[in-house]
Amino acid sequence: MQKPKNIIQKVWEQHVVYQEAGKPDLLYIDLHLVHEVTSPQAFEGLRMNGRKVRRPDLTYATMDHNVSTRDRNEIKDPISKKQIDTLKENCQEFGVELSDRQHPDNGIVHVIGPELGLTQPGKTIVCGDSHTSTHGAFGALAFGIGTSEVEHVLATQTLWQAPPKTMNVKVNGKLGTGVTAKDLILAIIGKFGVQFGTGYVMEYTGEAIRSLSMEERMTVCNMSIEAGARAGLISPDDTTFEYLKGRRHVPKGEAFEEAVAKWRALATDEGAVYDAVVEIEASEVEPQVTWGTNPGMCIPITAAVPNPDHEEKANKKDEISRALQYMGLEAGQPISSVEIDHVFIGSCTNSRLSDLRKAADVVRGHKVNPNVKAIVVPGSFSVKMAAEKEGIDQIFKEAGFEWREAGCSMCLAMNDDIVPPGGRCASTSNRNFEGRQGNGSRTHLVSPEMAAAAAVAGRFVDVRQFTAQGVL
Amino acid sequence: MEPLRIHTGVVCPLNRSNVDTDQIIPKQFLKRIERSGFGQFLFYHWRFDDDGNLRKDFSMNLPKYQGASILVTGENFGCGSSREHAPWAIQDFGFRVIIAQSYADIFKNNCVKNGILTIQASEEQVQSIMQNAETEGYTLTVNLEEQVVFDNQGLEIKFDIAPYPKEMLLNGWDEIGVTLNYEDKISQYEVAHK
Ligand code: SF4
Repeated sequence: MQKPKNIIQKVWEQHVVYQEAGKPDLLYIDLHLVHEVTSPQAFEGLRMNGRKVRRPDLTYATMDHNVSTRDRNEIKDPISKKQIDTLKENCQEFGVELSDRQHPDNGIVHVIGPELGLTQPGKTIVCGDSHTSTHGAFGALAFGIGTSEVEHVLATQTLWQAPPKTMNVKVNGKLGTGVTAKDLILAIIGKFGVQFGTGYVMEYTGEAIRSLSMEERMTVCNMSIEAGARAGLISPDDTTFEYLKGRRHVPKGEAFEEAVAKWRALATDEGAVYDAVVEIEASEVEPQVTWGTNPGMCIPITAAVPNPDHEEKANKKDEISRALQYMGLEAGQPISSVEIDHVFIGSCTNSRLSDLRKAADVVRGHKVNPNVKAIVVPGSFSVKMAAEKEGIDQIFKEAGFEWREAGCSMCLAMNDDIVPPGGRCASTSNRNFEGRQGNGSRTHLVSPEMAAAAAVAGRFVDVRQFTAQGVL
Repeated sequence: MEPLRIHTGVVCPLNRSNVDTDQIIPKQFLKRIERSGFGQFLFYHWRFDDDGNLRKDFSMNLPKYQGASILVTGENFGCGSSREHAPWAIQDFGFRVIIAQSYADIFKNNCVKNGILTIQASEEQVQSIMQNAETEGYTLTVNLEEQVVFDNQGLEIKFDIAPYPKEMLLNGWDEIGVTLNYEDKISQYEVAHK
């Protein structure tokens, strides 16, 4: 009998083009997603060396980081415009399919890949973007790469990669009511730190993971990189196949059944081993709010901001003090006392239809606090259309949210959606780094439900109580 | 890419952990479509105040660290975004070698592609280098072939590096050129996996 294997090992083995002792493996890439920010220098490199894109048919481009969410046709900043135009020219020159700003398939790269069915179990997927880990939700081995590697994949459809160590992130039991996939991944990073995944590819397993929808699984895998892991994935199951069925790039009819059989066989074998295992109890996870300047600096909504004096190590003390100072928070302050002035519901972590639905459910019948500027940015054009069909846009607009066009938007503020210096934002995105949402901005990462409740209350509130009472 | 064999340079300390690539090169500078000229924006909001004046208390701005080419820092350096603009900025600013307690995976890869050597050292080693670097003009020499870092006061640190990145750095190879020698293997794979 064959030794049991985990899905990471299986997908890896299927993609090795060439192996030699003392060298990384030459790994084949099945899908290369491209966006405007990390690709211009790669295409330029090809041009300078007279090289072509080896497999334009396995390459797919979108523009998302720089696009305006007010008007799809307009970009005020001439440098942003240049970057957008450059992508368009490069795609034309090299024969790469592009969903540009006006295209109905346009959206955030990690939202549209799954939507279009480009993302499939067992594929190796790369993109010049660290949140490529999102696609791991389907049981794909998906990871972010730098621009030199983008150029390498464009030219050769391969990468030299050392086989990763594997880690089982086991989530036992069930999540409580009002506790989301976002809270789960934040709690995991909060518990084990922002670098416990470095050098590993993670597989999320356990009862709580199995009961997540595909969109929730994407939220979890999306933030694997915030734990240091280049990739995080989930073995495919019926939930996965159900989601994929009928999507544009997914095989149809009999071919679909064949594909499902193959995909099913990818799931981790009973008794497979990993290089490391961590475990967390889902029932112990509460709604989370980050208080500091990296995603590991998070606490339950019921808790208080940490005190650096309670730390023993000098560098930990410094780190906490610096974060508190940047965030304008007092040690020991309950997080629920923190008032906010911005709310951002969007990003590749939490901008899919189910995210917007859940946030809308919280908002329904309420008004955004007068001190808060709140925006909703759907992850893709198609999410926006679907939400509008359901009337979700109306719920948000009636409450006082701005309802925007799709894009990365305030997740990294490369367009004109910026949190001003000293501004404080409850954000459904994935990074609370210094200045991430604008120079001097303060970001608190939360779930869409928690962001929606914060928009209404003007401060952080426990969404479990908020929904139960309907009022505050 | 310029080969890196033996390098001697002034050491600049950056005593922080979890330095993310958003700090190394803030997003407003990612709009350029060139590969060069990013050095001026390195650690922009740490080096400059909101009026664009140099912050006097940031290590990299101190006169004694001008012209430094070896950066020494804490844990998980280069975490976050995969932007290669980060190593481009580091290199363009003049750094050739980084010594840190640990690195984020993507950042580390990106460094090799740009001829920057990333050395992993223990917390004690990093702390002692940082202390030494308080003295003006403190330099270290890195010998990549021998995998050793030393100063002229008796400090000597052996470091690990995988054979492949070592070879890449020593020879300053264009990786795509190397890979294209395996084109027949890639084609065979494609035929077999149609
Ligand atoms: S939404 Fe944010 S994290 Fe996601 S791809 Fe865009 S900028 Fe990156």
